[in-house]
Amino acid sequence: MISANLLAVFYLISGVLFILALRGLSSPETSRQGNLFGIIGMFIAISVTIISVGNFSIGFLYLIILMIIGGLVGTFIAFKIPMTAMPELVAGFHSLVGLAAVFVAISAFLNPDVFNLGTKGNIKIASLIEMSLGASIGAITFTGSVIAFLKLRGIMSGSPITFFGQHYLNLMLGLILIGFIYYLCKTQIDTCFWIIIIISFLLGILLIVPIGGADMPVVISMLNSYSGWAAAGIGFTLENTALIITGALVGSSGAILSYIMCKGMNRSFFNVILGGWGVTDQTSSSGSKEQKPIKSGNADDAAFLMKNASSVIIVPGYGMAVAQAQHALREMVDVLKKNGVKVKYAIHPVAGRMPGHMNVLLAEANVPYDEVFELEEINNDFANCDVAYVIGANDVTNPVAKTDPQSPIYGMPILDVEKSKSVLFVKRSLSPGYAGIDNDLFYRDNTLMLFADAKKMTEEIIKNL
Amino acid sequence: MEIDPFIFRLSIFILSIFIGYYVVWSVTPSLHTPLMSVTNAISSVIIIGAIIAALAGESENIFDTANIFGFLAIILAAVNIFGGFLVTQRMLAMYKKKIDKK
Repeated sequence: MISANLLAVFYLISGVLFILALRGLSSPETSRQGNLFGIIGMFIAISVTIISVGNFSIGFLYLIILMIIGGLVGTFIAFKIPMTAMPELVAGFHSLVGLAAVFVAISAFLNPDVFNLGTKGNIKIASLIEMSLGASIGAITFTGSVIAFLKLRGIMSGSPITFFGQHYLNLMLGLILIGFIYYLCKTQIDTCFWIIIIISFLLGILLIVPIGGADMPVVISMLNSYSGWAAAGIGFTLENTALIITGALVGSSGAILSYIMCKGMNRSFFNVILGGWGVTDQTSSSGSKEQKPIKSGNADDAAFLMKNASSVIIVPGYGMAVAQAQHALREMVDVLKKNGVKVKYAIHPVAGRMPGHMNVLLAEANVPYDEVFELEEINNDFANCDVAYVIGANDVTNPVAKTDPQSPIYGMPILDVEKSKSVLFVKRSLSPGYAGIDNDLFYRDNTLMLFADAKKMTEEIIKNL
Repeated sequence: MEIDPFIFRLSIFILSIFIGYYVVWSVTPSLHTPLMSVTNAISSVIIIGAIIAALAGESENIFDTANIFGFLAIILAAVNIFGGFLVTQRMLAMYKKKIDKK
C-alpha cells in the first residue's frame, strides 16, 4: 500500500510525462523520445494503481492475464496494419476507449463504495453527474467511432445518410438525455442509468451517419476529442488527477485538430457536423453538364513532360492511398531526381481521410520529410514550377474555390496547381470529386488528363522515363 | 471555510486544457496522424479506473458484475495502450531526413 498523497504525486508525474509526449511531436527528431515518455508515464500510472489497490489475490492473476491478452492483440494489430488503413485503425481504437469509459462508469455505478462515492442507491450527486457524463460521452464515442470505422473500411457506404427531421431528432434525444441525468440524480434509479447509456449509444450512431467520406478528417478528430472528454469525466468521478490531466490534453488536442480540418475546408464545425454536403449539388451539376474539350494523354507523354522539366511538384490525395501508389511514386521521383529534376511534395490540410494521412504514407515510402510541404509553405512555388503531378487529389485543387461564389467549396483554401506550366492529372475518370462539383482544372489548356489507376499510371511512367 | 476538493480538480482540468491547447498548436502538421494515435494511447490511462474496479471488494468475491465490467475495460484499454504506442513508434520510425538516407 502507498499513501494517497504519494499516489497523487505519481499520477502527477505520469500526467507531466504525457504532456512531454505531446510536446515531443513538435518535430520528427524529438518525437520518438516523446513517445518513450508516454510509455513510461503509462507504466508508472498502471504500476502505482496496482500497488495502491494492494489486492494480490486471484483477481490480480486475471488482471495480468487479461492485460497480456489485450497487449498481444494490440501489438499484433500495430505491426500488421498497413499504413493506408491508419484512419480506420484510429477510429477503431477510439471506439475501444469509449467503451472502456462506459464500462468503468457502469462499474462505479454498481459498486460506488470502492471508489468512495457513497453507497449504492445513495451516491453523491456530483459523482452521479460526472459518472453519467463520462458514460454518456464514452457511449457516443463508441458507437460514433464504430460507424466511422465502418465507413472508412468501406463496409458501410461513405455517402452521407440523411433523413427528414434528423437534427430535431438528435436535439430531442440530447434533451431527453439531460432529463434522465436530472431524474437519475433525484431518484438514483438503476434503470435511468441504463437508459442514459442506451440513448447515448443511439446518439453516437445518429451523429455520424449524416457525415460523408471526405469529412472524415473532422469526424476522426472530433471523436478523438470526445474520447478525451470521456476520460476526463471518469477522472472527476474517480477523483483521479492522471485521468483528468490526460482527458483534458486529449480533449483539447482533438478539438484543435477538428478546427484545423474545418479551416482547411473553409467550413464551420457545425456545418460539417450537420452533414450532408454535396447531396443536392450532385443532381444539378450532372443535369447541366455540357461536353467541354479535355486533353488526355498517356504515360509516354507524361514521362516526356516530366523528364524535360526542371521542377516538379507532386500533389497527392486520397486516391493515392486507395491505389497504394506511394511506393511507385517515390520510385518515379527517384528516377526524376537522377535526371536532375527538382521535386517537392505539396500536401493540403484535408488531403486523405485523417489529419496528416498523406505525410505518413509518404514517410512509409521513404520520402524524406523535408521534401514534403504544407499548403502555405509551397503555394507560391506553383507559379515557378514546370509540372504539377496531381495524383488522387481533386477538390483541393479546384480553382472554382477562388472564382465562383456559387460553388459549395467557394473560399476553401486550395493548392494553386493551375499556375504551374503544365498539370498532369491522374484520375480514373472524369467523375466529380466528393463535393460533387466539376473540377475546372480538367478543361484547362495546360492540363493533361491521365486516365488510369494511380499506381499503374505511375509505374507506366517509370518505364517510359 | 474550506475549499471543496472538486474545485482543485476543476483547476487542474482547466489548466490542463490550456497546456494541451498550446502544446498541440506547436505540433508540426506532418505529425498529425501520430498525434492522434498517441493521444489515443494515453487516453487509455482510463485503465487505472478499470484496475480499481476489477480488483476492488472481497477477494473471494471477485466476480461481481461490477468487477467483470472492470475486467472487460482492462482488455479494451490494454489493446489500446499497446496498439497505440507501438503503432505510433512504427510511424515515427519512418520519418527520416534527407541526410540520413544516404
